[in-house]
Amino acid sequence: MTRRPRWFAVGKEPSSRARITLGLLSFLLPLGIWALVSYVPWIWHPLVRVSVPGTVEWFKPDLLVEHAVFNEENAKAVAAGGTAATGTPANPIFLPAPHAVGRALWTAFATPPILRDELWLHQSLWLSIRTIFWGFALSSLIGVPLGILCGAYPPVARLTEPVVDFVRYMPAPAFGALAVAVLGIYGAPKIAVIFLGTFFQQVLVIANTVRRHDPALIEAAQTLGAGPRQLLLRVIVPSCLIDLYNDQRILLGWAWTYLIVAEVVGISSGITFFINQQAKYRNFDNVYAAIIIIGVIGLVTDQGLAFIGRRIFPWQVRRSSRLRAFLALLGRKGGQGV
Amino acid sequence: MSAPTQAQDYLRQAPAVAERFRRLKERPVVLEVRDLTRSFPTAAGKEVTALRNLAFAAHRREFTCIIGPSGCGKSTLIRLLAGLDEPTSGEVLLDGKPVSGPCPDRGMVFQGYTLFPWLTVKRNVMFGLQMAGMEKGQAEAEALQWLELVGLIKFKDAYPAQLSGGMKQRVAIARALAPNPRVLLMDEPFGALDAQTRSQMQHHLLEIWRNVDVTILFITHDLDEAIYLADRILVLKAHPGEVQELIEVPVPRPRHPAQTNSPEFLAVRRRLEELIHPRLEETVEKLPIVRLTKAGDDVE
Repeated sequence: MTRRPRWFAVGKEPSSRARITLGLLSFLLPLGIWALVSYVPWIWHPLVRVSVPGTVEWFKPDLLVEHAVFNEENAKAVAAGGTAATGTPANPIFLPAPHAVGRALWTAFATPPILRDELWLHQSLWLSIRTIFWGFALSSLIGVPLGILCGAYPPVARLTEPVVDFVRYMPAPAFGALAVAVLGIYGAPKIAVIFLGTFFQQVLVIANTVRRHDPALIEAAQTLGAGPRQLLLRVIVPSCLIDLYNDQRILLGWAWTYLIVAEVVGISSGITFFINQQAKYRNFDNVYAAIIIIGVIGLVTDQGLAFIGRRIFPWQVRRSSRLRAFLALLGRKGGQGV
Repeated sequence: MSAPTQAQDYLRQAPAVAERFRRLKERPVVLEVRDLTRSFPTAAGKEVTALRNLAFAAHRREFTCIIGPSGCGKSTLIRLLAGLDEPTSGEVLLDGKPVSGPCPDRGMVFQGYTLFPWLTVKRNVMFGLQMAGMEKGQAEAEALQWLELVGLIKFKDAYPAQLSGGMKQRVAIARALAPNPRVLLMDEPFGALDAQTRSQMQHHLLEIWRNVDVTILFITHDLDEAIYLADRILVLKAHPGEVQELIEVPVPRPRHPAQTNSPEFLAVRRRLEELIHPRLEETVEKLPIVRLTKAGDDVE
């Protein structure tokens, strides 16, 4: 009898096929729960959608009312000699069904703006991406070099980190009003909020990464004649490069979390404006679609950067990547098909 | 314990051996250590002396092994020689001039593999040359020569992570030798290798040394390794680290693994064991005898 290898054990990586299955499940399970709640009429569905109003005066087709109210009004109508209304169980409007959101992923882009000076969804998204880009780029432009200096030279760290640590605890949105006063109401204060939210974390994260450099490599380089400048630029920085790159990926995710608070500063704009506006019109399927789009942009950017990272750091010890394993599996399947 | 007369066997040198060491000592002194002392402050506010009044000299193209029990300051010594640490007193002279700070005229091979993981094998070897301001094309040509010498030309474009431990140390040797150092300092370079790779590396190192004008100081705790490699073995004793004896190894060159059983080899080995192992017995803490089995004494 052959023993089947255990796939569930502490610290044991499952096979690549199992990893892909688990990766898909991690999306499909929440989607499944959502579908259950949406499509199975006896799960949740606290409301009734009126189909035929009967003789209840204020009922209209497609009106959503609570079960208790529905039954009460029907009882009254029957007692008065009229006909009862009919209806189907329904969920509240803030929980659209998956297919409605799926449809909205397309229609949200195709729907023209209601007011003349409002933007299409893709224009709003582009505005948001630009805000993130500039906030993150400006933060990195100063934060990365400063973090590297802090990590490499303890005196710089002693001078910089206490105040950075202090400011880090101040929530970036708290500076929103100030940013508007200084920078106006359009794009600049939004970029400033993203900058403030990213920069202070960035300095500390980068400094910590650089501080973890291997001192043995420094000594080796010194015995090979490297001077102070060369130690920094030819040894410390390259030795941390992969970690710095991955830090930047994580920090970029951080910048995205500041987007929503940044975009309500001054005149609301970008994807936040779109979301708020759609919520106002009670198009919750569009709201969900917009939120999902943000998630997709984040995931695609991150995996894209991870992919680029593997290309530009050829010395990196290869770890299995989800995306690559997935593509490899698709490739294998395709190959078998042919 | 061997009788004193037996232990002194290694001192009786055949005329050819005596002649070899006379010629060796006629060669100019490359590295000289004078009265070297290094003490470290401890957390308790006291001072621990790692090395005390150490003195010796290495002649041009001499192969010196430094051996001693753990805690004798072997690594402290080599770090002082490399300039990675400053002595409390005394000085290190290279070609008669006192040294301070690290410099490529004293190349170093570390116990851990300190290759730069982001550089290819070739680029690792080029590193020292480029630090010295050599133009890239020339540095590359020289690096390739050194890789030829250590037999790794096929791996010039590989990254260190793709190499075995022995290959990494060969690259490290090539990298240290490339800037033409006067002295090559080696701190237990083969300590992390398995026995077989280790003896291959010892063989490689002697080959490389024969082809390069370099003086080698080699730290080890392996007695056989020291005898197999060295012209002279500097035996240190611990607490504080001091020179205990300077042994002239009579085993003829070129060395060969079969010599491990030759009388000269065994005589030196006996002497080293005497010098190092009794101290071990003195310093090893006696463990209490705790019986955890009821079985009889059927296992010896």
